[in-house]
Amino acid sequence: MANTFAFAESRGGALRRPALEAVTAARAIADATGGGEVHAMLIGAPGTAALAPRLAEHGADVVIVVEHPAFERYVPESFAATAAARVKAGGYRAAVFSSSAQGKDLAPRVAALVGASMLPDVTSFTVQGDAIVGTHPAFTNKTVATLTLTGSPAVITLRPGAMAPKANAKAGKVETMPPALDPAQAKVVVKEMVQGSTAKLDLGDAPVIVSGGRGLREAGNFKLVEDLAAAFGNAAVGATRAVTDDGWRPHSDQIGQTGRQVSPDLYVACGISGAIQHIAGMRTSKTIVAINKDKEAPIFAVADYGIVGDVLEVLPALTEAVKKAKAGA
Amino acid sequence: MKIAVCIKRVPDMESRFRIGPDGKWVDETGLKFDMSDFDGYAVEAALQINEKQPPGETVVIALGPDVVQEALRKAMSMGAERGVQLKADAVPADGFAIATALAAELKDGGYDLILFGRMAMDTQHGTVGPMTATLLGLPCVTSVSKLDIGAGKGTARRELEGAAEIVEFPLPAVVTIDEGVARPRYPALKGIMAAKKKPLDVRPAQLGPVHLTVTKMELPADRKAGRIVGEGPAAVPELVRLLRDEAKVL
Ligand SMILES: Cc1cc2nc3c(=O)[nH]c(=O)nc-3n(C[C@H](O)[C@H](O)[C@H](O)COP(=O)(O)OP(=O)(O)OC[C@H]3O[C@@H](n4cnc5c(N)ncnc54)[C@H](O)[C@@H]3O)c2cc1C
Ligand SMILES: Nc1ncnc2c1ncn2[C@@H]1O[C@H](COP(=O)(O)O)[C@@H](O)[C@H]1O
Repeated sequence: MANTFAFAESRGGALRRPALEAVTAARAIADATGGGEVHAMLIGAPGTAALAPRLAEHGADVVIVVEHPAFERYVPESFAATAAARVKAGGYRAAVFSSSAQGKDLAPRVAALVGASMLPDVTSFTVQGDAIVGTHPAFTNKTVATLTLTGSPAVITLRPGAMAPKANAKAGKVETMPPALDPAQAKVVVKEMVQGSTAKLDLGDAPVIVSGGRGLREAGNFKLVEDLAAAFGNAAVGATRAVTDDGWRPHSDQIGQTGRQVSPDLYVACGISGAIQHIAGMRTSKTIVAINKDKEAPIFAVADYGIVGDVLEVLPALTEAVKKAKAGA
Repeated sequence: MKIAVCIKRVPDMESRFRIGPDGKWVDETGLKFDMSDFDGYAVEAALQINEKQPPGETVVIALGPDVVQEALRKAMSMGAERGVQLKADAVPADGFAIATALAAELKDGGYDLILFGRMAMDTQHGTVGPMTATLLGLPCVTSVSKLDIGAGKGTARRELEGAAEIVEFPLPAVVTIDEGVARPRYPALKGIMAAKKKPLDVRPAQLGPVHLTVTKMELPADRKAGRIVGEGPAAVPELVRLLRDEAKVL
């Protein structure tokens, strides 16, 4: 009956949803392998221990707290050394991370430090005997690969949003641990954090994404996209590469083959042609709406609902209608 | 500056993929291949650094069967000085096995900077770069969208969810390249001719043990064809009704 390790990501003193997803996944692995314990690691600035009870609510038997003033920010080398030290010492069956921006950076380092192979960015997984079997989109999301990882510890990362956090109260006994590498010794130093222009909701978390393309004609017209996003209230703003290339939006807003890959409940494509590289990033959205003046635009082939027309006229009308629908609801 | 760029040969992602007869990979017959997108950006980034601050050498490294030599020649036709093939019958799915072989090759190479793509377009794993860096004990910055290399140190911008970080690091270092750093140049005819004569060493890959395998590859279900709701702002009420009553997203 082996225990399972989960890395609980926090930022600015708050837990991120991927932390609860990782703990939920670790709980599922522990339960599938005979009911071992889940040990969740929290790294942050002094005071981070206050987040431990939320992890206990989601199935952590033990919460390992590592506090240091420098951990107000992510310090890759220190975080990796500390997580690896614990994973090695704990003899875990598996170590679960999120494939968030931080987890994507952290997990492969930890895997290499403990000498383990890694199953990355799974959208679902099952435990099958000694193996963990996970699915993961491949070939720019045009295929779905099933991957089988054997050996222990199995390091896996979980795509944000792929698993809903589940309440499952456990003791959540707090243990403290010093950093395995003094952050002062880290060679890579974060000099500055730049808040993105869409500081509100991240593309990976937003249930609705309103995305704009070159059909908006100029950067200023992105206001119309932002207005629609604001009318939904739970929306983030995305963009095509044509738009990020022109500097209308930051690269971090780009959706597609070489940008972010998203699966919101609703994706609204405004003035986007639907190039294969853009579709690679959004085709797994649940519902897709396209607004384009060209009725032959390839985006209509993947859209559930289309409006043929000028985005500059349709968007304000849609924004008003969504506001009304939201007010009525 | 001596820069290594690790490049992977992958199929052209505009292809219409079919699943191969073993059900575990795409059918590669008839596909065109090239180096993976981000790896092309990484090669371009290396060339620009060495053009701006000569003298320098850009070495491209690919692990795989002999066909990977095409990707190495392509990078050399863009301007890389030499290529190394780490020969293996096939490229394993296990990123740690690949990282082990790349680290063995890079360890005593005397590189100031080692570049990777943010992820390979076929596997979409994004693990080989940071794993290799960790095995080499080198500072590592992943998913970099802006890169400045100065004397003995570098500055990079990393995109996070809804934010970005500006980081500083000493050389030698490992950096994985995202979009935003550089778009690859097209090789000129002169470059293509020159590349044929550039050195390409072939050595056996010292792969690590393989624990991760692809056991199935599938095509996702096609989206069912949608419909045009109408034209112009007049179609908005019907769209909103459908979003509310049918799609239930409002
Ligand atoms: C290796 C590689 C990687 C790439 N990665 C990405 C990626 O990650 N993401 C990405 O998005 N692209 C990517 N691209 C680029 C992609 O091929 C397209 O060039 C890009 O997606 C086009 O963006 P767009 O739809 O905004 O512009 P366009 O293709 O120019 O389309 C504009 C659309 O707006 C419509 N339009 C114009 N005016 C109006 C109006 N007034 N009202 C309504 N509609 C209007 C037009 O009919 C047209 O369909 C990549 C390309 C390559 C080669
Ligand atoms: N077979 C390979 N040969 C050389 N470099 C590789 C190989 N596989 C992966 N890489 C490098 O590692 C990066 C990330 O690959 P991956 O972890 O598979 O997404 C790629 O963009 C390449 O830079």
